[in-house]
Amino acid sequence: MSDAMGRGEVAAADLPVAPGLVAGGEGGSGRPGRETLRLFVRNKAAVAGVVMLIGIAFMTVAGPRIYDNDPKDIVAIPLTGPGELAEARLGTDYLGRDVLAGVIGGGTTSMTVAAMAAAMVLVIGISIGALAGYYGGWLDSALMRFTEFFQVLPALLFAMVLVALFEPSMWTISFAIGVVAWPGIARITRAEFLRLKNLEFVRAARAVGATDWRIIRKVVFPNALPPLIVSATLIMGTAILFEAGLAFLGLGDPNTTSWGLMIGLNRGNFLTAWWSVTFPGLAIFFTVLSFSLIGDGLQDAYNPKLRGR
Amino acid sequence: MLRSIAARIAQALGLILAVMCLNFLLIHITPGDPATVIVGESGAGDPELLEEIRAQYGLDRPVIVQLASYVGRVATGNLGDSYFFNQSVTSLILQRLWPTVLLVGTALAFAVAAGTMVGVATARRPESPISHGATVLALVGFSMPVFWTGIMLVILFASAWKLLPVQGWHDVNYGEGLLANVLDVGEHLVLPALTLGLIYLAQYSRLSRASMLEVLESDYVRTARAKGLNERRVVYKHALRNAVIPVVTVVGLQFGALLSGALLVETVFNWPGLGRLAFDSILRRDTSVLLGVLMVSSVMVIVANLLTDLLYTIIDPRIRLRERTNV
Repeated sequence: MSDAMGRGEVAAADLPVAPGLVAGGEGGSGRPGRETLRLFVRNKAAVAGVVMLIGIAFMTVAGPRIYDNDPKDIVAIPLTGPGELAEARLGTDYLGRDVLAGVIGGGTTSMTVAAMAAAMVLVIGISIGALAGYYGGWLDSALMRFTEFFQVLPALLFAMVLVALFEPSMWTISFAIGVVAWPGIARITRAEFLRLKNLEFVRAARAVGATDWRIIRKVVFPNALPPLIVSATLIMGTAILFEAGLAFLGLGDPNTTSWGLMIGLNRGNFLTAWWSVTFPGLAIFFTVLSFSLIGDGLQDAYNPKLRGR
Repeated sequence: MLRSIAARIAQALGLILAVMCLNFLLIHITPGDPATVIVGESGAGDPELLEEIRAQYGLDRPVIVQLASYVGRVATGNLGDSYFFNQSVTSLILQRLWPTVLLVGTALAFAVAAGTMVGVATARRPESPISHGATVLALVGFSMPVFWTGIMLVILFASAWKLLPVQGWHDVNYGEGLLANVLDVGEHLVLPALTLGLIYLAQYSRLSRASMLEVLESDYVRTARAKGLNERRVVYKHALRNAVIPVVTVVGLQFGALLSGALLVETVFNWPGLGRLAFDSILRRDTSVLLGVLMVSSVMVIVANLLTDLLYTIIDPRIRLRERTNV
C-alpha cells in the first residue's frame, strides 16, 4: 500500500540528511543524500523495483474501484479457464469465484499485514539492538542471549503455533510475524551501535553533557540508519512471504481475501485449474521481488564499493 | 579448546531449557486448562470433580513446581499424549522425524554443493552473462513463496510431462527388497528436495560468489598466482576454503528457516514429516503434538548450530570457537 511503498522511495531521498548527523565522513554512512539518490536512480534494477511496486500498489488501492467484481462472490461456473469468460478474465476457482478479483483484492491483506509486522520488527529489533550495542556489558550479553533464543525457534513454526493458539486475525498474524522476525534487525542495529559508539563525534556529544537517551536518538541512530533502511525494505518482502505461508496453511484471517489463502484453498484443484494458483503466486512473487530489488538498490547506493556483490 | 567446546555445549543446553520454559508458558497461556476440557467432555459440570482432576494432574500446585515437573518430564523424553491419536507425542514425532531429516538433508546438500559451484564459477568471470544470470536467478529464487514453487514444479514435471510422482513418499506397490524401497523413496524425494533446495541454492550461490570475489582479490591468492600455480589449483584449493566460510555460517544460522520451509514443502507434497504433522495437528486442534514439534524442531536447530560451530574449527584453524562473526 501507499505507506509501505513510500518506505523505499522516501528513504533514499531524505535519509542521510537526518538531523543530528555530525561527522559526515565517518564510515561512509554519512554520504550526502543527493549522491545516494543519484546512484539509486541510475540503478536500472532498483528503478524497475520501484515501478513494479508502484504498479502493485496502484492495483491494490485503485483496482477494486475500477474492477467491481467482489473476490468473495461467485460469478461464474467453477474452474473455467482464463480468457473463456468476459466476467472472469483470469478464470474462476473451485467455487466459481473470480481469480482476477482475488488477485486485485488480495494485495490489501498482504501489504497491511506485512507493513504492521515490519513496523513491529523494527520497533523490537532496533530497541533491543540499540540497548545492547550502546550499553554493552551484562545488558548486552543478556539481550544477545535473548536474541539467540529467538533465533533457534524455527520462525514459521513458531508463528504457526502463536496464530493457532489464539484466533487468526490480521492482528495476531502481524503480531506473530513481528515476534519471530526481529532478531536479524537487532543484530544489525547492535553491530552499528558498537561501531559508532566510540567514534569521535559520539564522544564529543558525551563530553558536552548530552544524556544517553539523546545520544542514542539524535547522534548514533541517524548514522546507523542506512543498513537499517535496507533491512526494513527486505523485511517487507520476508513479511509478505510469511503472511502468504501462514495463509496457505489455513492460518490466515478467514474474513479477508489474501494471495496465500487463494493458493491454499485451491490446492486440491491445481492440476485441473492451474490458473487458480498460478496468478495469486505471481502476485506474491512480483511484490516480494520489487522489495528485494529496491533493497539491493539501496544497499548499492549506500555502499557503492560493494556494488554487484 | 576443550573448555570452549564445553562452554558451547553448556550454552546449547541452556537454550534447550529455555525452549522448554517457552513451551510450558505457551501451554499455560492457552485459553482453557486441560481439567476444564476433561470435565466438559465427561458432561458433568461438577466443581468437585474439577478440583479432583486438577489435583490429579497437579494443576493445583504452584506454577514454579509445575514448571519443574514439566521440565523433568520433557527431559526424560515424555512430551505428553496426543488427544487425537491417544498415543504418546514422542512416538508420533519419532515416526515423522526421519522423513524430515531426509528431506532437509538432501535439500541442504544439493543447495550447498550446487550453490558453491555456481558461486565460484560466476566469481571467476564476474562480468559474463552467466554471472549476471545467476544474480538474477538468486533474486528470483529468494522472492518466490516456496509452496508456490513446489506447486509450479508439480504442474510442470508431474502433470504436464508426467516424469515424477507428486504425492507422499511411497507408491502403494513399490516392489520387494531394500533397493526397490530406496529407489521409490528417492523418486518421491526429487521434487520436494528440489523445491526446498532451490531457494537456498540461490542464496548460497550469491553468497559464495561475493566471498569468492573478495578472496580472489586478497594478497595470498596473488602470491599463489605469482608462484605460477595453475588457475584451477588457485581457485579450488587456495581460495575456495576461505570463500566457503560465510556459506557455513549462513547454513548454521538459517537452519531454522530451512525447517520452516520444509514445513510448507511437506504440506504441498504430502511428505509424511514433522511439518505435515504440525499442519495436521492444527486442523485437529491437537496442541500437545504441535508444541512437541516446536520443541523437537528447536532442539534440531540448536544441535545444527552447535555442529556448525564445531565445523568452523575444522575448516578454519584460526577460528578456535571464538565469538562467531555475525552475518
